[in-house]
Amino acid sequence: MLLEFRDIDTHYGDLHVLKQVNYSIEKGEIVCLLGGNASGKSTTMKTIMGVVRPTRGSVVFDGQPIERLATSERVRRGIAPVLEARRLFPRMTVYENLEMGAFLREHGPDFEEDIERVYALFPRVKERRGQLAGTLSGGEQQMVAIGRALMARPRLICMDEPSMGLAPIFVEQTFEVIQEINRQGTTIFMVEQNASMALSIANRAYVLQTGQVVLSGTAKELRENPLIREAYLGEMQVVH
Amino acid sequence: MSPTTVFLQQVINGLSLGGMYALLALGFTLIYGILELINFAHFSVFLWGSFIGMWTLEALGLNGQNVILTGLPLIGVLLAAFLASMVFCGVLGVVIERFSLRPLRNVTGPMAMITTIGVSYILFNIILLGAGADTKNFPNPLPEIQFHIDGAVLDLRIVLIWIISAVLMVGLWLFVQRSRMGKAMRATAQDADAARMMGVEVDRVILIAFFAGSALAGAAGLIFGLYYNFTSYIIGYTAGLRAFTAAVLGGIGNVPGAMVGGLLIGLIESLGGQYIAVKWTDVIIFSILVLVLVFRPTGLLGTLAPSKS
Repeated sequence: MLLEFRDIDTHYGDLHVLKQVNYSIEKGEIVCLLGGNASGKSTTMKTIMGVVRPTRGSVVFDGQPIERLATSERVRRGIAPVLEARRLFPRMTVYENLEMGAFLREHGPDFEEDIERVYALFPRVKERRGQLAGTLSGGEQQMVAIGRALMARPRLICMDEPSMGLAPIFVEQTFEVIQEINRQGTTIFMVEQNASMALSIANRAYVLQTGQVVLSGTAKELRENPLIREAYLGEMQVVH
Repeated sequence: MSPTTVFLQQVINGLSLGGMYALLALGFTLIYGILELINFAHFSVFLWGSFIGMWTLEALGLNGQNVILTGLPLIGVLLAAFLASMVFCGVLGVVIERFSLRPLRNVTGPMAMITTIGVSYILFNIILLGAGADTKNFPNPLPEIQFHIDGAVLDLRIVLIWIISAVLMVGLWLFVQRSRMGKAMRATAQDADAARMMGVEVDRVILIAFFAGSALAGAAGLIFGLYYNFTSYIIGYTAGLRAFTAAVLGGIGNVPGAMVGGLLIGLIESLGGQYIAVKWTDVIIFSILVLVLVFRPTGLLGTLAPSKS
């Protein structure tokens, strides 16, 4: 098991956000987290990265509890985020953004190797390497954001809404890249609005509703679940 | 003196003052860039830099302008004084951040800024009570060597001030642009949460920004003494406000902007003093502050992209 949530509760002041949440993600999986607004998806991501501390329960990464560790230590152990809305450093070049992804690793021969790996995955990023990240299109920014996460050589990438705000063609490309990264050995945990896309590449999924896991299973099971078809896949038509 | 000579002379003076203001403005800009905080304690850190520099020079046996050094002893004495001022002020900046600002990190509103005003008063009153209100004769070991350019006088000390300011500014620029910590600093200024998730320890970055900015203020304080041959407990306020204007003029939060703004304010001060009247200097400078804030709040080189998402 690479990442586990064991009976996690989180609060923002009096607001009880995650309620007794359990997830378990195996090495090599793509797992997606579905849920509507305010269901606790983003809080899940923040809890993994250490931005939000759970009030109860344990987050276990690779067999070790990490819920008390600083964000930097979690990054060092192999968790990298692709943040909601990309969140590149807009006035730094594309290359510098990639460097920031490798912030905790000293520059060495590996570094050049990793840069080349990102360039191979995204030839466009190589073309744009000297440009300020803030001047790129949304799709290009997403490539840099994913490349930046890869620069940390993570074992787990946590993606918050990777398709948000992207043109359909970039959505498709992004999901292809996610599969490719996964094939190369990185485990993926993603929050995604685009449920049909997410379920088409995921192994398993969890459904979160007002802070509770209400459903989980393989992607195939969920795709066939009538509840999911209605709520997330938009297949139920309004009947007059 | 011919009109061109006068002009040239004032440009020489302006660039010297400008170098000092630029060093001081960099401290405002570094800290504002990361914390969006105007650090009024910076005024008094500059003042302390001036006094620490004076005391170091005196401890090395210099007294007023009586002892003139050349060659290696001169370089050694200046190096020691700059090192002492910069290290002391750098540490002072770190202490200010760690003990008076970090506890307020998550408090919204103007609390932190008001705290820096309080710290500024404490620091300058320590100097006032400890050293007295009289104007101090600042030791100056520089030989009176003058170059003449088209009738204008260029003192060796001014050349040295230029060199020292330039070296420090280029050094800071390289640090911010090239070093790993400098990149972490820029990343934090642009998106602190994202930087944190790259593994950057933001509190450490903030301490380093305070150290670097305050060390430059220390150097500026020493330059003030070497330029004017005096120092006093009141110098922080005027120079600090002018440097703050320089930072706003260049675009607060923007490192090259602080350098450009500093040089411009220096030139405006000297040329304005020559062609308008010295007593109008502050009026001119602070009118610029108001005009910039009203018509171009991002400053000359202001950051075009939003600093926070």
